[in-house]
Amino acid sequence: MNLHEYQAKKLLASYGIPVPDGRVAASADEAVAAARALGGAVWVVKAQVHAGGRGKAGGVKVARDVEQVRAAASGMLGQRLVTKQTTADGLPIERVYVEAGSDIARELYLSLTLNRERGRIAVVASVAGGMDIEQVAQRSPEQILSVTVHPASGLDAFQCRQLGFGLGLAPRQIEQFQSILMGLYRLYLARDASLIEINPLIVTEAGALLALDAKIDIEANALFRQKEMAALRDPGQEDPMELRASEHDLNYVSLDGDIACMVNGAGLAMATMDLIKLHGGRPANFLDVGGGATSDRVTAAFQLILSNPQVRAILVNIFGGIVRCDLIADGIINAVQNVGVAVPVVVRLEGTNAQAARERLAASGLAIIAALDLTDAAKKVIAAARAAPRQAA
Amino acid sequence: MSILVNQRTTVICQGFTGKQGTFHSQQCIDYGTRLVGGVTPGRGGERHLELPVFDTVLDAVRATGASASMIYVPAPYAADAILEAADAGIELVVCITEGVPVNDMIKVKATLAGSATRLIGPNCPGIITPGECKIGIMPGFIHRKGCVGIVSRSGTLTYETVFQTSNNGLGQSTCVGIGGDPVRGMNFIDVIELFERDPQTEGIIMVGEIGGSDEEAAAEHIRRYVSKPVVAYIAGVTAPAGKRMGHAGAVIAGGKGTAADKYRALEAARVRTVKSPAELGSAMAQLLGKPARKAARKPARKRARARR
Repeated sequence: MNLHEYQAKKLLASYGIPVPDGRVAASADEAVAAARALGGAVWVVKAQVHAGGRGKAGGVKVARDVEQVRAAASGMLGQRLVTKQTTADGLPIERVYVEAGSDIARELYLSLTLNRERGRIAVVASVAGGMDIEQVAQRSPEQILSVTVHPASGLDAFQCRQLGFGLGLAPRQIEQFQSILMGLYRLYLARDASLIEINPLIVTEAGALLALDAKIDIEANALFRQKEMAALRDPGQEDPMELRASEHDLNYVSLDGDIACMVNGAGLAMATMDLIKLHGGRPANFLDVGGGATSDRVTAAFQLILSNPQVRAILVNIFGGIVRCDLIADGIINAVQNVGVAVPVVVRLEGTNAQAARERLAASGLAIIAALDLTDAAKKVIAAARAAPRQAA
Repeated sequence: MSILVNQRTTVICQGFTGKQGTFHSQQCIDYGTRLVGGVTPGRGGERHLELPVFDTVLDAVRATGASASMIYVPAPYAADAILEAADAGIELVVCITEGVPVNDMIKVKATLAGSATRLIGPNCPGIITPGECKIGIMPGFIHRKGCVGIVSRSGTLTYETVFQTSNNGLGQSTCVGIGGDPVRGMNFIDVIELFERDPQTEGIIMVGEIGGSDEEAAAEHIRRYVSKPVVAYIAGVTAPAGKRMGHAGAVIAGGKGTAADKYRALEAARVRTVKSPAELGSAMAQLLGKPARKAARKPARKRARARR
């Protein structure tokens, strides 16, 4: 789960990490009031969306008087921001963050995230701040410094010194750097973060360190014990289809093709998408109905799939382990009858009670295309999609 | 022969009296697994599924001598359950639970590093040696005793692989679902190493997916140390970057962990890769020089029952 920059900075400040003074605003008037309250002569107005690359996309504007603050805020609010990290539709700008301007001597990069290979939290630092860190890692790997943290000893002072001196910080800055890192590590654990990224961490002309931008992700699996973090969720930044899916406990990811898939199990769901592509089709979504798929969930899944007007055909691919195929067949029959499915449906059921399921589908009298195996299913659904007209939106 | 579990493996279930624990324990008993008891704190002394219930894993191990544990404890308590099993000297811990926080698993992994306990999972279907021992949620009836070792990050995709190798008559030595989480117990390399040493295993099928670099590490290991034929499939060629595809670990982050990277590494290690999951079974049959034949008539489960 992503936090907005303004939420992340408030959290950082509560762990003793220095951030510029700032206020969030939902209207141009509020933005102006925020600038006046902050004082000073330079402000930065930043679009609050869950995506990086805002600067180049026009989502970060420097203002030298309050009228410029007003203009920047009213130009952003209510618009959608398209960055290289968003889809072509972009994300809605419902709030801006108005921040006191900072003078910048150096821009550094700092992040904490999981190192999967080691199974430990890694602290990554770089002198190449303010840039896309993945590109830095590719072009100049020597500019990336990293340490991993043993959970028993925690982040150690020597590791902070290693990174700090590696970044070329002056001895008098090391102490502040260490206190920032320790704060970040405490925050990471206490709030079950999966990513904290400070890009850039700046050194001001006066030599102080300051977190100029902040991105924090909270691990979804830990939200049960992070009620305070869960309350910061902004559904407006999420894909509406994916949001609807999560309400039904379905795992859904939107794609741009025209063949919808409904599958049990994440691996098989990905494999089904791949198979459609391999045989020349384009998948419209990833959808895992889960191991405990019930008739109700199958119906909800059909409704979800059909709300995408691009969909020309549906492939249901179920390998029944715990899930009984005959119950899934009932769910499909119910859904097709009650939801009103206007596009062809290809069904491949295998595993527990598969034979009974096939018989039920055949006896239903519905226009359901039965597939023998994976390959047959992919070929049949692609043929069906090509023959079918686009759904009426 | 097989790896990790066989007909002598004695198993307890943690989270025994819960809905999941009860259902799957019964399924395992029906399959022929030697389930000898279970643990539910506060229910010690009771009987459940005609087996003793204990308050702690230590009590269960002392009373039954169990060497393996299967865990259905809910996610908030799963890490603690794994550590309890390891502390009690359980050799093989299989954690089925989905949704265990990563930070909990970081602690578990560091703690287990110094112990003799092996962990499979979490968020996995478990492990099965057909006809001998099933610890997990996989449908037993699709398996057949045979010569292919299967290791996979996905549940239903494992069943798909099993189904194909049962249908073409190869069968399985042992199948290990290592799970879809980013921090987990046994990894591809750990399992492949055991398959390489197991005389019953003639070929290895590995089913990977996007995210992380475990498939790349496995490829390097195979190139150096594995003499048996290996077939591999990677799910997620069409997955967009930055999206979590169901499994917590299945996400392409920072341009790393793509299916293309993994295929490239595996092919460089002379692993036979297939781009369609439907070809896993036939590719293995080809490599082993065993053309598809009709499946054995008797399912493995029936044999297991007869032996009991």
